[in-house]
Amino acid sequence: MSEELLEVKNLKTSFRIGEEHYAAVDDVTLTLNKNEVLGIVGESGSGKSAFAFSLMGLHNRAKIEGNINFKGENIANTAPGKLNKLRGDDMAMIFQDPLTALNPLMEVGDQIAETLILHRSDMSQKDRKARVIELLNMVGIPYPEHVYGQFPHELSGGMRQRVVIAIAIANKPELLIADEPTTALDVTIQAQILDLIRNLKNDMNSGIILITHDLGVIAEMADRVAVMYAGQIVEVSDVHTLFENPLHPYTRSLLNSVPNAEGGQDKLHVIQGIVPSLKKLPREGCRFASRIPWVDASAHEENPVMHEIAPGHFVRCTCHSQFYFPDESKEVQSNGVSGS
Amino acid sequence: MWKFIVRRLIITFPQLVVLSVLVFLAAQFMPGDALTGSIGNPNITAEQLEQRREALGLNDPWYVRYGDWVSGVVQGDLGESYRFKMPVTELIGQRIVNSFWLSVVTLIFTYIIAVPLGILSGRYNDSLLDQSITGYTYVGFATPLFIFALVMLWIFGYQFGWFPTNGSVEPGLTPGTFDYVLSKLYHLILPGISMALIATVNTVQYLRSEIIDTKQRDFIITARAKGAPESRVYNRHILRNSLLPIAAFFGFEITGLIGGTIFVETIFSYPGMGQLFLESVTLRDFSTLVSVVLLFGVTAIGGALLSDIILSLVDPRIRIK
Repeated sequence: MSEELLEVKNLKTSFRIGEEHYAAVDDVTLTLNKNEVLGIVGESGSGKSAFAFSLMGLHNRAKIEGNINFKGENIANTAPGKLNKLRGDDMAMIFQDPLTALNPLMEVGDQIAETLILHRSDMSQKDRKARVIELLNMVGIPYPEHVYGQFPHELSGGMRQRVVIAIAIANKPELLIADEPTTALDVTIQAQILDLIRNLKNDMNSGIILITHDLGVIAEMADRVAVMYAGQIVEVSDVHTLFENPLHPYTRSLLNSVPNAEGGQDKLHVIQGIVPSLKKLPREGCRFASRIPWVDASAHEENPVMHEIAPGHFVRCTCHSQFYFPDESKEVQSNGVSGS
Repeated sequence: MWKFIVRRLIITFPQLVVLSVLVFLAAQFMPGDALTGSIGNPNITAEQLEQRREALGLNDPWYVRYGDWVSGVVQGDLGESYRFKMPVTELIGQRIVNSFWLSVVTLIFTYIIAVPLGILSGRYNDSLLDQSITGYTYVGFATPLFIFALVMLWIFGYQFGWFPTNGSVEPGLTPGTFDYVLSKLYHLILPGISMALIATVNTVQYLRSEIIDTKQRDFIITARAKGAPESRVYNRHILRNSLLPIAAFFGFEITGLIGGTIFVETIFSYPGMGQLFLESVTLRDFSTLVSVVLLFGVTAIGGALLSDIILSLVDPRIRIK
């Protein structure tokens, strides 16, 4: 059951801006088992997509350090030829924006068939077409024979996202990375797409990395969750623990800023400040420190590392032990809130 | 599909009418009229002139004269050239064929140069190769065609003597023979290349920026994520999407050639429409000038029409079912 599929160790992805390298993904260590959904949450700019692209080797000019062990083999910095055998076959990705992820000049059927051409060259043209129709059926597209010959602009956003999913699952990948698969879609379609992804997991026994900033999606889909902030994982645990006993200040702030349907909250929590841009990332110390200035500086570790608080529950930095929300405590330190 | 083309053709009609009115009215502001050149007798009196004018209908209001002119044009009667003393239709006949072949040769050279350079430049952007190619395009943008054509003529026509320096064919050859065709081609190469080397820089730059733009589109990442090797990513996804606007630009390329032929034909003494245009301006050959300008205008409208039709054929987003 819990057979390990992917192990990422100390992954660091950096981009060169001018003379220097800036890490968009820094010291990420994660594992993913078969038939498991690992959710990755974080704000925009926290490095979620950069992480996903690193796994797929889709970055054009990035320096990648660390290990990505996929099925027992390190695929970080592999030659493109070798990587191309994996991509689209053993590992596949669902993209964020269905409106731009498809080639506007190619019939959607051909775009799905391309994945088969690349990895199942022994398939006859007839079988290939039948498989594409089958895939279109699987992702819930009505009149697949007709849709096969249509162009992306003739389909709605939800339909296009289904086509993108059909491309990703065409070869039954063992690892499926879904990068905000529902962000561009409206809520009713979201639910259908999530159902679809869940069924795929069950049918194909694949490991899924689900990237989102939507905690609702995480609660519904994920088995385990990794919270990402400023390129680093700040907390990892199973989904129940994360929602019931969040530790890291960032995780707690995120959960606190979700509106509660039952009421009881007058005001939504707002996390002070914004995610620092790549060039302004703090190079040392706790990266979240600048957004919780009321917490005493001594609470942070000098070089924050992941601590295993309970089996399978990891938190970065020690600041969680002294963290409180400013409105929770009467004794807000004088140098605190105003210090931002 | 056909609906689109028919609709597009219908739009062309008012364009042609407006063009012809403008050309006709502009001609009215030129000094002299259709009679000026045909007076052979210097002793003719003002009354006699006026009589002739009246008889020829030159004193009618402009719209009546316009009507006469247009009905002539539609029947292929462009009037009489009073400099060459022959019908304009006949005068234009051979030249239009010459200009047509010059344009064809120029277009072929233009694309032979533009497509590979644009692709290399776009694919390996910011490399040394790309910088050399863009360097060339900047030189091309900055160099006036008539200077460049003169330099080409001087170097390859006079210094090396590789190409003929004037005319459209070796005199004394019988039309239709193989030697005749060969000689025609030979005369076309130098003016064609000269014009293409300058005209192509637009297309090179255009293609380059299209490729750089397409390279960064999301569906290219989708293609890579499918496991498509770079060669396939380029051939199937990037080139197809980048060449589309280039194909659509083809019609406008034709329009752009008109200006080029005026210089190049004059410099290479190549008997085509461009040379005829300049001649008729300097000779004040009223009816010829009007006809040439009208034909230039028709070509421009036709170029735009062609562009739209090509685009509708190749781009599924515009294709109307």
